[in-house]
Amino acid sequence: MNAYWLRRLLYAIPILIGVNLLTFWLFFMVNSPEDMARMHLGNKRVTAMAIAQWEVTHGYDKPLFYNAGRKGLTAWTDTLFYTRSIRMFALDFGQSDDGRDIGREIRARAGPSLMIALPSFLIGLWTNIALALMMVWFRAGWPDRLGVALAAMLMSVSSLFYIMAGQFLVARLWRLAPVSGFVPGIDGWRFVLLPVLIAVLSGIGNGSRWYRSIFLEEAGKDYVRTARAKGLSESRILFRHVLRNGLIPVVTSTVAVLPLLFMGSLLTESFFGIPGLGSYVVDAIAAQDFSVVRAMVFIGTVLYLIGLWLTDLAYGWVDPRVRLS
Amino acid sequence: MMGIHPVILWTDALVWLLVAGFAFALARRDSGLRKGVARLTRAPVAVASGMVLVAYLGVTLLDSLHFHPAAGDSGVVSVFDLLLRPLQRVSEKTYSAPLADRLFVQEQVLRPDGHQQRVYPLLAIVAQQAHGHAQPAAAVWYGVLQGLGLAGASAASVLIWFRRRRAARAALPPLAWRTALVMWTVGCVLFAVTVQLAASWHVFGTDKVGQDVLYQSLKSIRTDFLFGLLTTLATLPLAVGLGVAAGYFGGWIDDIIQYVYTTLNAIPGILLIAAAVLLMQGYIEVHAAHFDSLALRADFRLLFLCAILGVTSWTGLCRLLRAETLKLRELEYVQAARSFGVSDWRIMWRHILPNLTHLVLISVVMDFSSLVLVEAVLSYLGLGVDPSVPSWGNMINAAQLELAREPVVWWPLTAAFSLMFVLVLSANLFADSVREAFDPLGSRS
Repeated sequence: MNAYWLRRLLYAIPILIGVNLLTFWLFFMVNSPEDMARMHLGNKRVTAMAIAQWEVTHGYDKPLFYNAGRKGLTAWTDTLFYTRSIRMFALDFGQSDDGRDIGREIRARAGPSLMIALPSFLIGLWTNIALALMMVWFRAGWPDRLGVALAAMLMSVSSLFYIMAGQFLVARLWRLAPVSGFVPGIDGWRFVLLPVLIAVLSGIGNGSRWYRSIFLEEAGKDYVRTARAKGLSESRILFRHVLRNGLIPVVTSTVAVLPLLFMGSLLTESFFGIPGLGSYVVDAIAAQDFSVVRAMVFIGTVLYLIGLWLTDLAYGWVDPRVRLS
Repeated sequence: MMGIHPVILWTDALVWLLVAGFAFALARRDSGLRKGVARLTRAPVAVASGMVLVAYLGVTLLDSLHFHPAAGDSGVVSVFDLLLRPLQRVSEKTYSAPLADRLFVQEQVLRPDGHQQRVYPLLAIVAQQAHGHAQPAAAVWYGVLQGLGLAGASAASVLIWFRRRRAARAALPPLAWRTALVMWTVGCVLFAVTVQLAASWHVFGTDKVGQDVLYQSLKSIRTDFLFGLLTTLATLPLAVGLGVAAGYFGGWIDDIIQYVYTTLNAIPGILLIAAAVLLMQGYIEVHAAHFDSLALRADFRLLFLCAILGVTSWTGLCRLLRAETLKLRELEYVQAARSFGVSDWRIMWRHILPNLTHLVLISVVMDFSSLVLVEAVLSYLGLGVDPSVPSWGNMINAAQLELAREPVVWWPLTAAFSLMFVLVLSANLFADSVREAFDPLGSRS
């Protein structure tokens, strides 16, 4: 059993290497450091001097793979590939274009991201499951049909609309919550309220619809009919049988998302001015800061792979029938 | 009037080819497509949402016939622009609310007696009407009557036409007639009311530079529709080619393809898109000389964006097709074909691919709606289509500041979101129907 988990974990390594090579190829070979310098300095009338100067200050003035000017091992380590790509595996991301340490920035920003993302995720999950159960309870009746129609409409609304309308109505018109901002710790609950509410609301359409189809499929199975034939009450069937078994696919699929919660949400964070990783990415994109984007690609990949691994774990844990060899 | 000088943009060519290809597939009598379509036209929801989608598609196609208005003029105009000319004719100084008579902001004017006064000036569109103008309510009623008349007349003429031709009637798929008729009437009435109102007012108001918002939001249809359509199209070669190859050949080919899509899948999609778009922006800036006109540049950017999204989002369909091919490969008829010595390519083309088309079709329709939503988000992040191109994302982006104004300017945002909502909702409903019609066994959950 343990050997299996270990093998699954090792399976992540070639993928990580692949992602690393891909981003290196994209950022340093498709788009050379010279192009990068041109973009930052403005395209027109840039002297070769200025470009060279920019490359030196940002540490791009090295050969790609092999530094012929150095001896021994440093010929390989004093290259862009080593400093920019290999070092990432040691979680050393270097500096962003404005001179800050990316690793420290990421550590500082993961907390605020989590403070929004975790409550949104938990409350959203609970709400969606509750709504889905309600629709299944009234299946083929009017509450079900109304629920399905509403879910289809909710999922057709742009997430930008939820955020902009929510911010406008709740914060500006009714003044129930601050428009934006963030305070770390318990005192920050006022700032967390609205983003979480909006995140939950915007996820209802897709989530409840999906869980409804899972529970409905479960409710059509033979063991449910047997339970009903034995004379079990409808509520007992729904909560003890349908819910419990229906949760298996729900749990295994949501576990994959858990690590990615650290990444936060791009839109919510940038609209509400939350200093998390989501707004970090948005700012980096706006400033065309390639090192930050590369670092976030790496982190995101690692988190995704952890999620994949957790999914495997969860399969064995939730469903005892799953035997792994 | 000089001759017309047509311009074929890349996206124009692609969308017309796509529609032609689909029409060709539909025209073949033995295709499974026809059966599925016949099942679709029986379902009221599918008919209603499908008609809305066809209306959007129609606008997209009309807006994809471009030409230079005059020889030597580098500007590019579409046929749809010609139809919308009345909307463009009058532009105001700045913001004006929907159906307003006066400008939204005050202006200093000099009164005849020499005093300065702040007033809300009359809109140009109102001032140009010679003999006063009616109330909006009257125009709406007139429009409703006109629309009903239009719907009735067109329905009657279609009915008479079919009465005459029995053969045409027989070739028609079964149709949810009542829904079609209701939707057609609603469409006609909406169209007529809009035309009536647009003659004397700005139906959705005007934006910061005084442009008609209705015009902008209608022009945005092409961008967003093409974005959804061409992106799903861009995923197909990779998803189908690699998915079928992985499932059919197995072995090391399967291993490599699985590795590639797991790796691509591991990168958070939005970051990969961001990386690629940043690179593209760099490319366009460095090679600015290659794009001799603004329209060409914007078109290239739209096309490239679709390609990027296609390359980053083919993995889901690929995995699905691989699994299905694995199943199909073991079926008797494929085994038989193989034992007869039919080549691998021919087996994949003749025996495997036709049995995957329903999955591909469902996936295309299902992805379309989410892609339209993605366009807006990408524009917000500064990764979307060219800012000079009208798109709902760009409108929403601009409207962000308008929401912070006091009093608030809400109409550009509302217009963009409403048109987007209608498209996405009907695409979602249509996707559900397509899934039911083409995949009765539910092999895709």
